[in-house]
Amino acid sequence: MAEIRLENVAHSYDGGSTFALNPISVTWKDGNAVALLGPSGCGKTTLLNIISGLLTPSVGRVYFDGVDVTDLDTAKRNVAQVFQFPVLYDTMTVRQNLAFPLKNRNVSKDVIAERVEEIAELLGISKYLDIRPLKLRSDLQQLVSLGRGLVRKDVPAILFDEPLTVIDQNFKWTLRGRLKEMHNNTRHTLVYVTHDQTEALTFADEVVVLNQGNIVQTGTASDLFLTPQDEFVGFFIGSPGMNFLDGKVNDGAVMVGSTRIGTTLSATTIANGNVRVGIRPEFLSIDETGKGLPVEINRVEHRGGYKLVHADSVQGKFVAKLDNESALVAGQSVHLAFHPERTYLFRDSKVCGTVNVKGAK
Amino acid sequence: MKTYNNKAWFLVLPVILVVSFTALIPLMTVANYAIQDIFSPDNRLFVGMKWFYDITNDTLILSAFKRSFQFSIQALLIQIPLGIAIARIMPKSGWKASAALVAVAIPLIIPFNVIGSTWLIFSRKDIGLGGYLLNKFFDFDFTSDPIDGWGLILAVDVWHWTPLVVLLVYAGLRSIPEPYYQAAAIDGASTYAVFRYVELPKLRRVLLIAVLLRFMDSFMIYTEPFVITGGGPGDATTFASILLTNIAVGQFDVGRAGAYSLIFFLLIQIMSFIFYTVLTLQDREEVTKTK
Repeated sequence: MAEIRLENVAHSYDGGSTFALNPISVTWKDGNAVALLGPSGCGKTTLLNIISGLLTPSVGRVYFDGVDVTDLDTAKRNVAQVFQFPVLYDTMTVRQNLAFPLKNRNVSKDVIAERVEEIAELLGISKYLDIRPLKLRSDLQQLVSLGRGLVRKDVPAILFDEPLTVIDQNFKWTLRGRLKEMHNNTRHTLVYVTHDQTEALTFADEVVVLNQGNIVQTGTASDLFLTPQDEFVGFFIGSPGMNFLDGKVNDGAVMVGSTRIGTTLSATTIANGNVRVGIRPEFLSIDETGKGLPVEINRVEHRGGYKLVHADSVQGKFVAKLDNESALVAGQSVHLAFHPERTYLFRDSKVCGTVNVKGAK
Repeated sequence: MKTYNNKAWFLVLPVILVVSFTALIPLMTVANYAIQDIFSPDNRLFVGMKWFYDITNDTLILSAFKRSFQFSIQALLIQIPLGIAIARIMPKSGWKASAALVAVAIPLIIPFNVIGSTWLIFSRKDIGLGGYLLNKFFDFDFTSDPIDGWGLILAVDVWHWTPLVVLLVYAGLRSIPEPYYQAAAIDGASTYAVFRYVELPKLRRVLLIAVLLRFMDSFMIYTEPFVITGGGPGDATTFASILLTNIAVGQFDVGRAGAYSLIFFLLIQIMSFIFYTVLTLQDREEVTKTK
């Protein structure tokens, strides 16, 4: 159990011509569950391997509880890590596989036996303990692999590299719940790499969104959803992601095409010029007064509890998440209202202000 | 109704023809010799199984087989561990890996009798560097001491064929995915544990091939003892194939040699089958247990 601090950590796989990870400095509190969220190739696994010591960063230092561990090898750092696909010792039984990390550290036999039973119970693999993992289905194999990561109690952190990729969808929910429960009991520092936002948002106390080797935003699930700081976060978090439209700021008025959608609310005034207007599908509604942005409905998807309305506007395509009562059909022309405070203006893909929709005329 | 069309057999015909001329017909010629006593092409006598009975009581032949068998076991015991050890310390990538591979593979591309001649001269105590140096420490003369002769042939075989084991094991090691090593590092496994629980299980198949190839080749060793020791000193290095050649070509006793060849051939088949069965035991257990 430890606080993990990274200081200007960056990594290049090709000796410095391109960086898989740009300089990052963060501190993750002891006992926190941190999710690293991002698309494939964004540097999240690189970051994880740097923490576990499988990779030495090209620059920067790694600290556990204030102690510099950058030059320590993986075994000495004592962290646990679970990989994306099952990695098992073929010649050992499931029980021996689970006991292996403890055995290598000279833990007494009684403690090993007890811990192995406990973990097998937690993961629901007790009945497979005495057979070889090769004979198991791949999702069960992954559970054994996961168990090897969880079996040690004295680790400073447990790192997960998309551990639930091969697990069946239904069982994923159960397992996430059990991991969460285990975390509440043991308060290990957890770092969890995933590209699945649901997983990240349900699992973590703190979500770190990575893109192209940079941390774009850190925060809780609702921070990321309600106040995205970056176009990428808006687009990547949420299902479907944020809508973006080309707009203009003209003396404090925000225009999309010829529709004025509001005035800038930002304390600092925003210079006139082009902006990108971002709005989540959840924060759009039908404007009965006819003052909103005129759009033509393209397609209506019934998703049970809500409707997804795909629409075209002069400035591009739109998706709105509307409740079931709204009677809409394809081909219909309507006006859309933007939710106050939830409409963001972006420049160079960073947020530069919000919109005061009440100022719309 | 399922339709049957036997025309596909014609496609197999070329293979049957080729195999007939390369293997079946020569082998049947040998089988033909083995049941006759041939004095000259026109003067032959059917003797049935006589040669086979003779051979089972022939101490010369039996001790030659025993010698070959001991030689193979010793060659395997040295070459397999040595090959694994060398493959493990070879560079994994970059120009160093290529350089190491080329260096290791050199003995494999030298003709057998060149190897024999080279070692023959190298090991002589009067004009050979190796023989001269060895004699600084103890008396080494492969032309008169049976143990020295045996040791030299074994050393030549190790030098010549360990590279094959190295190449096979090296390829096997390179095909182990990186996460296995990473997981072992996370689990705190020692170097020995990584070898024992990660590498060795993954190498099982290439080691099976290495053991089979090395057993067959060393059991049939001919050129090196022929060139270096000529089967001596005494009969210390008269391995099964050396004796076979003496009987067939030297004494022109083709009937006995034919029977000898068939038994030799069968022995190799049986031994290879035993090795294969033992080494793949685990695989078959797994197949039968999963449904």
